[in-house]
Amino acid sequence: MAAEGKTIDALSQFELTHAFGPIGAAVNFTQSNAHMLVASVVIVLVMIMGMAPRAVVPGRFQALAETFYEFVENLVIGQVGHEGKRYFPFVFALFMFVLFGNVLGLFPYAFTYTSHIAVTFGLAFLVFLVTTIVALALHGKKFFGYFFPEGAPLWLAPIIVPVEVVSYLSRPISLSVRLFANMVAGHVLLKVFATFVVLLGGLGIVGPLLAVLPLSVNVLLVGFELLVAFLQAYVFAILTSIYLHDAVHLH
Amino acid sequence: MEIVLAAKAIGAGIAVLALFGVGLALGNIFSTLIASVARNPASRDTVFPIGILGFALTEAVALFALLIAFLILFT
Repeated sequence: MAAEGKTIDALSQFELTHAFGPIGAAVNFTQSNAHMLVASVVIVLVMIMGMAPRAVVPGRFQALAETFYEFVENLVIGQVGHEGKRYFPFVFALFMFVLFGNVLGLFPYAFTYTSHIAVTFGLAFLVFLVTTIVALALHGKKFFGYFFPEGAPLWLAPIIVPVEVVSYLSRPISLSVRLFANMVAGHVLLKVFATFVVLLGGLGIVGPLLAVLPLSVNVLLVGFELLVAFLQAYVFAILTSIYLHDAVHLH
Repeated sequence: MEIVLAAKAIGAGIAVLALFGVGLALGNIFSTLIASVARNPASRDTVFPIGILGFALTEAVALFALLIAFLILFT
């Protein structure tokens, strides 16, 4: 793979560097945090600009804000039921943060903060804590009946209870690894094909002609990554709603 | 150590063998999705999100395998 000593360096794009010069370095403010800040500001701006006109016939920003709102509202109510309306702000905030982080990462030179397990595990652990606290607050001690389905024979308890407990505890892990692995895999793929373009371009006269192939693959991949960025935010939100459904209805 | 590098490459290759099952599962999900929408086009709105959820959950298995392969290759 090495032409003139160049190799495919796919993982260095995920390294953290300090943002904002010496001030950022003093407080360990990384470019990941800077991108989170940008995403949050963009979300707040879109929602404020969308909600300001309150027109009957929505303009561009109002239509955008309404689309996001109705999409997540349908999702939450469809999964949790009408009791789920209380948890809508939580799911909406998670969805927007993950979606804007994924999409922001697709811009050239931008950093994808959802490509770090620390960030996604933080979000997933928050979901886990919230669902557990909601379940305990709504059902009290009856919540522990969740780990042993009613009607199952009692002698099966030593098998069922550990399996249910482990599957409950592995929720934050699967939720976070799914998002993080999707983002890492997508960006590694983009970087690998981009390196093919550079490596082929250095191969004399035929090289640049051949380099068109990986370049066109990369164009397709960016479109695919846009789909994945949206899909993973959707999956994160829908799984949060499913966990909330379990917490509210206990089955 | 050449042999360690070779073993790493072989190990990473074995790790992504999980894609065999994932490929089967994804084909199964989408063939069932297409069949159910073809039989009852009105059910599209209810069936489609479930299909996409199944796709994402299955794809995650492939990505876990990919992650293991990366861990073997780059650490």
